[in-house]
Amino acid sequence: MSPLRQRKEVRRTISAKPEAGRLLEVTDLSTAFKTPRGLAQAVNSVSIVLDRGKTLGIVGESGSGKSVFSRSVMGLLPKHNVVREGSIRFEGQELTSLSNSAMRTYWGKEMAMVFQDPMTSLNPVVKIGRQITESLRYHLDMDKKQADEIALTLMKSVGIPEAERRLEEYPHQMSGGMRQRIVIAIALACGPKLLFADEPTTALDVTVQAQILNLLQQQQRERDMAMVLVTHDLGVVAGRADEIAVMYAGQIVERAPTRTLFAQMRMPYTEGLLKSIPKLEQPSHSRLQIIGGRPPDLVSPPPGCKFAPRCPYAQERCHVEEPPLVEADTPGHYYKCWYPVGTAEGKEALEKNLSAGIAQAVAAVGGDSVAAAKVEQEVNA
Amino acid sequence: MPEPSVDPAVSTLEGDTAAVQAGTQPLVLEPSPAGAPADVEKAANKRLGVMGWIAIIWMVLVVGSAILAPLLPIPDPAKPFVTHAGEGPQAGHPFGFDSNGQDMFSRVIWGARASLIVSVGSVAFGLLFGGVLGLIAGYYRGKLDTLLSYVFNTFLAIPQLVLALALVAVFASQPDVTVSEREFWLIISIGLVSIPIIGRITRASALTWSQREFVLAGRSMGARNRRIIIRDVMPNVLPAMFSIALLGIAVVIVLEGGLSILGVGVPASTPSWGNLIAVGRNELTKIIGAAPQVIFFPSIAIFLTVLALNYLGDVVRARFDVRESVI
Repeated sequence: MSPLRQRKEVRRTISAKPEAGRLLEVTDLSTAFKTPRGLAQAVNSVSIVLDRGKTLGIVGESGSGKSVFSRSVMGLLPKHNVVREGSIRFEGQELTSLSNSAMRTYWGKEMAMVFQDPMTSLNPVVKIGRQITESLRYHLDMDKKQADEIALTLMKSVGIPEAERRLEEYPHQMSGGMRQRIVIAIALACGPKLLFADEPTTALDVTVQAQILNLLQQQQRERDMAMVLVTHDLGVVAGRADEIAVMYAGQIVERAPTRTLFAQMRMPYTEGLLKSIPKLEQPSHSRLQIIGGRPPDLVSPPPGCKFAPRCPYAQERCHVEEPPLVEADTPGHYYKCWYPVGTAEGKEALEKNLSAGIAQAVAAVGGDSVAAAKVEQEVNA
Repeated sequence: MPEPSVDPAVSTLEGDTAAVQAGTQPLVLEPSPAGAPADVEKAANKRLGVMGWIAIIWMVLVVGSAILAPLLPIPDPAKPFVTHAGEGPQAGHPFGFDSNGQDMFSRVIWGARASLIVSVGSVAFGLLFGGVLGLIAGYYRGKLDTLLSYVFNTFLAIPQLVLALALVAVFASQPDVTVSEREFWLIISIGLVSIPIIGRITRASALTWSQREFVLAGRSMGARNRRIIIRDVMPNVLPAMFSIALLGIAVVIVLEGGLSILGVGVPASTPSWGNLIAVGRNELTKIIGAAPQVIFFPSIAIFLTVLALNYLGDVVRARFDVRESVI
């Protein structure tokens, strides 16, 4: 983190009114897994700040560390083979030093999580009603009748028809979308201030995705919650997040308010993600733009920019020297690149790569499948 | 080349629509014949079937007569009909008499009592301890799991019959041992022998269920480990444990028979299926005046009961497998 930004953040924290204090402040969080080959750095000094009522979108492809990040913040990762460093402050309270039993006062009540797959995140042998009321009775000491009433209201508010009947049903009697609504109802039951939604729509039908996302957004507004929406789809967060953080290889490579990000993206990776979304105006059967290759090995990542091996803009410098996260012209917009998109340096770098016939650049510009295959080969080699 | 592959699909679709419009195709929705076999198979799995019902009826008969033995209109199993000693089946005494003139039908029914007490008791004992240890090992994993698995495997390396024999011989082989003492020690030692088997199976099942997201979801809602084990993991593991318990009862009935032949089963003064066979085995070597019914009927009782329990165990497993595949 640059000293400049650190100072700025400190100033902002001080100037903020106490009642509007930071809900979640994650500073330089690193999370690594002990593997037989060495430490796999799944999250690498990530800093985010989140206020009540705001939505942060975390975007990245599989293996970019976005799910591990949200689980690490919640403290849900097993302790014995995970190394966690940095600071997580929730309403001013440091969470990294808390034991599991101290964390239990936060889990469910203060922060909750909606998981990816509603097929496996509900217990198949327990009735829906009990799965919702369990945490109410446990955390809020309600009796059965009270808890049932709350469960009924919750189920209605997440849009489940015939809620009374559904209370007595088992998860397998419901469709995927319904189950995800139940999962959301369970997560919301104790009125958390912070909700992590870990790819909440990935396992669902496309037609249901929008409904679930709208539901999450509506609940977030009504309850004035903060939400971290983790996804691999920029389209999902486009209209819903206040701020978007793009993650790659465990690092935040670009972070900006949503509008700014889409209008003036600086990071080639973000550009690649956006290009890879199929567009309606494209003729059918046109080939999807892909980012060739795979994310780097997290045990021994490349020395320079982690994205350099796949980047159409990459120059020699990118392969040896890691760019810092710097602030762009627009305040609140940070990126991590030597040759940013939309600048003179970036343009020059891309043209240089194109004229040199670098496969990454050719594939990114022309959608050339031969070049894409070549990138695939090179990066994997 | 996507065009050629798209075209036939479109044309068949149009063809179908045309057929429906022309009224050549019935508009009533009927299950397609292609889907039928799978449905039938599923339904057959759900139902018990004739064999299942026979097995259940047999088990109800065995358990019922074992419980109600003192009330049934049968002779005292110890009462000798001296004049009938060694005689075969006859009116009023369908299984005949043993060499002491005791009524075999009555002895087989009373034998079910002792056999079931020992087998159900020891399996319950094994389920309780093996189940708890297996759940703990499968849920917590790590060092605790390694240690418990090591212990289980060590015990599994010792032949069960030998281990059970040694335990009973040490704890309950004094000459003045009472029947209930012997039964108690049989239950404990066979139960101990079954702990590693049940423990390993429970652990395997708990291991897979503990990886499910709902366990993590429970944790993310602030549930304690004990609560997650009892409320989330155990109900999912129970079907597997129940199925194993049924098979286990069958195995223990046979094992008790083996121990009887070795002289450490239920004492001969109280009939059990095992000691009936053990006592009657001399009849097999007799050339003159053999009474095969002494060994035949208890063997048939064991055979049918073990068969029924095995079958029911499979039925239980099949039923719960179906349920899981639906999810």
